[in-house]
Amino acid sequence: MSVFSQIARAPEDPILGVTVAYNQDSDPSKLNLGVGAYRTEEGKPLVLNVVRKAEQKLVNDPSRVKEYLPIVGLADFNKCSAKLILGADSPAIQENRVATVQCLSGTGSLRVGGEFLAKHYYEKTVYIPSPTWGNHPKIFTLAGLSVKTYRYYDPATRGLDFQGLLEDLGNAPTGAIVLLHACAHNPTGVDPTVDQWEQIRKLMRSKGLLPFFDSAYQGFASGSLDADAQSVRMFVADGGECFAAQSYAKNMGLYAERVGALSIVCKTADVASKVESQLKLVIRPMYSNPPLHGASIVATILKDSNLYNEWTVELKEMADRIISMRKQLLEALQSRGTPGDWTHIIKQIGMFTFTGLNAEQVAFMRGEYHIYMTSDGRISMAGLSSKTVPHLANAMHAAVTRTA
Amino acid sequence: MAARIAITTRIKSSSSFLLGSRSMSSWWGNVNPAPKDPILGVTEAFLADPSPDKVNVGVGAYRDDNGKPVVLDCVREAERRVAGNLNMEYLPMGGSNKMVDETLKLAYGEDSDLIKDKRIAAIQALSGTGACRIFADFQKRFSPDSQIYIPAPTWSNHHNIWRDADVPQRTFHYYHPETKGLDFASLMDDVKNAPNGSFFLLHACAHNPTGVDPTVEQWKEISYQFKVKGHFAFFDMAYQGFASGDPERDAKSIRIFLEDGHLIGCSQSYAKNMGLYGQRVGCLSLVCEDEKQAVAVKSQLQQLARPMYSNPPVHGALIVSIILGDPDLKKLWLKEVKGMADRIIGMRTSLRENIEKLGSPLSWEHITNQIGMFCYSGMTPEQVDRLTKEFHIYMTRNGRISMAGVTSGNVEYLAKAIHEVTKAA
Repeated sequence: MSVFSQIARAPEDPILGVTVAYNQDSDPSKLNLGVGAYRTEEGKPLVLNVVRKAEQKLVNDPSRVKEYLPIVGLADFNKCSAKLILGADSPAIQENRVATVQCLSGTGSLRVGGEFLAKHYYEKTVYIPSPTWGNHPKIFTLAGLSVKTYRYYDPATRGLDFQGLLEDLGNAPTGAIVLLHACAHNPTGVDPTVDQWEQIRKLMRSKGLLPFFDSAYQGFASGSLDADAQSVRMFVADGGECFAAQSYAKNMGLYAERVGALSIVCKTADVASKVESQLKLVIRPMYSNPPLHGASIVATILKDSNLYNEWTVELKEMADRIISMRKQLLEALQSRGTPGDWTHIIKQIGMFTFTGLNAEQVAFMRGEYHIYMTSDGRISMAGLSSKTVPHLANAMHAAVTRTA
Repeated sequence: MAARIAITTRIKSSSSFLLGSRSMSSWWGNVNPAPKDPILGVTEAFLADPSPDKVNVGVGAYRDDNGKPVVLDCVREAERRVAGNLNMEYLPMGGSNKMVDETLKLAYGEDSDLIKDKRIAAIQALSGTGACRIFADFQKRFSPDSQIYIPAPTWSNHHNIWRDADVPQRTFHYYHPETKGLDFASLMDDVKNAPNGSFFLLHACAHNPTGVDPTVEQWKEISYQFKVKGHFAFFDMAYQGFASGDPERDAKSIRIFLEDGHLIGCSQSYAKNMGLYGQRVGCLSLVCEDEKQAVAVKSQLQQLARPMYSNPPVHGALIVSIILGDPDLKKLWLKEVKGMADRIIGMRTSLRENIEKLGSPLSWEHITNQIGMFCYSGMTPEQVDRLTKEFHIYMTRNGRISMAGVTSGNVEYLAKAIHEVTKAA
């Protein structure tokens, strides 16, 4: 008799489940706008040239071994990652005030940071934006924190509910942790302006709220690595403390290699060193030390100025293609006279568009047009191409006019 | 510097920056420096030592006879096939199905009915650590009143893993300091005295840190008693193939339990036996009553992986799949694993002979009785400290020697040093 006979089957992950359903569909016009993985114009996954070059370099180097990394990961990778998000000339780095540890992509960085906070921080509540990536609440809950939300998306404007955000953060207890999407908010694509970020920063510092940035799209949103890191750098520039989780899944196309980093910016070098030592105690009982391959690729690229420059070019190409898809979709809807204001498609930024379609319309588009997206109406622009934009526009037009 | 002043000026010029801002002290001033990991800290200390005579017999990573880390030929070939060829899309939450399928065959047998009947819930895990941690979290969630019985001693990280999963732990007798062997009688007492249906952690082979394994007969008795008591057996198998040189032989304990009908759990690692340490490749499996239950359990394991790392890293899994899926590469791997195991067995013989040659008054037969990467020397922490201070020999303070760090080049020096610090004992 099994000790686990009472166990019920868990529900499909809402995001990954979309791809499962898509794969089972045999219709030739099917379109997968579900999970956020970049696709080329031909609808194919992309491995960056610069990544292939780095891989070849690694495999052709006979001196490379596969020994355990230190618990905190590959040193070069950590240094380069901190510089990437904070800026090469960041005073926090120069003053050795940043503890950086390699983690398993964005998910792993958030989880390690969350567990550290649950162990060492006096405030156990984290505020996450509404809506946010579906995995955020689970990560922080399992890390041992309690999760609350703050207003973020305004369905009426399909933009930022800035007043709501300020009110909710203003009412948070002193010291509460606040999760911020550094750029290209997932799922809405709605980001604060620079001025709004400055107001958020002032409010948070005045209330002693702890910023925890999730940076999953640096360079991928606007095409500029520096512009996409501006929110994080504003907070670091005021001398205060913050957390930043980085992922290389999208901007280097290293999805399955699970490469990321957690940086904790501290007041002093001494504190940063103690913090790093405690991060090790969180990591060791989770997976001992992080995987070698992806971090080696990243370090190889970031350390080599030619490869780095090539990377920025390829990154901008990906970002530009997405921006072009946004324009094309908007034009296609406008030329069809689809009712409603669709300009949010070009106002939103990053991989996703929060279309504003409701669950019924989403289901209709799946059934009649074989178009797959998450039920909240989020579409991955990366899954579109010039060839498929018309099909999507037709589907959206039909969905909106039929229920009109 | 100028840029920093400019930014600070810009921020200060917005009038309300200083308004109500809290005092400029760190949130983390009360964070204490953590103690160094007892195992991984040894290598750090070793690396910092400038002495030309230094020897690292601390962490369990294989070295060749020149003291160099090894990348297996089968691994290099697999990597050549992978490089530049494949995309890096997310694996499913449960990891690479191909890798998991091959891995289950190793533990459960090529022709296992359990595999044919799809009764095993399994996911790719972050090496052995990750497999144990997901299991511990699973145990906490679905058997919240249970505790875990852990052998005394065990790999130190086992304690950390179940503690962070919030599962209470107890130890059971395992190592017998007098004989430097198995305390079988006390072990069986503990098994009998534990409440029915208790959860036990067992090392499938090459017990870490002692190198002391039950005999086949003893395993059969343990399995029988587990049946009587309805205990749950979780096997940590980190050294399959690496212990005796024969993966089938090293899985014997598991096969005995399976023959007796136990529904076991198992953690497998490719860190040592494929030399994939830094790639973090392993597997967690749970035997279920039927396919339906296995599907349910797997889905729940995935629910624990998703908020930890979403999905596991692909690279190491590709290497494993390619090697185990290609008959020639698999043959090569088996040959290379045997080569590593044989070198270690040879060093055990050599170390023991060298110490005995020096006329030690003590018995050193445990060096060759024990199996796997480690030798539990029986030295005290004070003796180990002397080894480090006087001879620049690095090992964990429990007297555990990583035989993988012993070479024909350093075995005499090591024997001499051990004799020096123990001869007065």
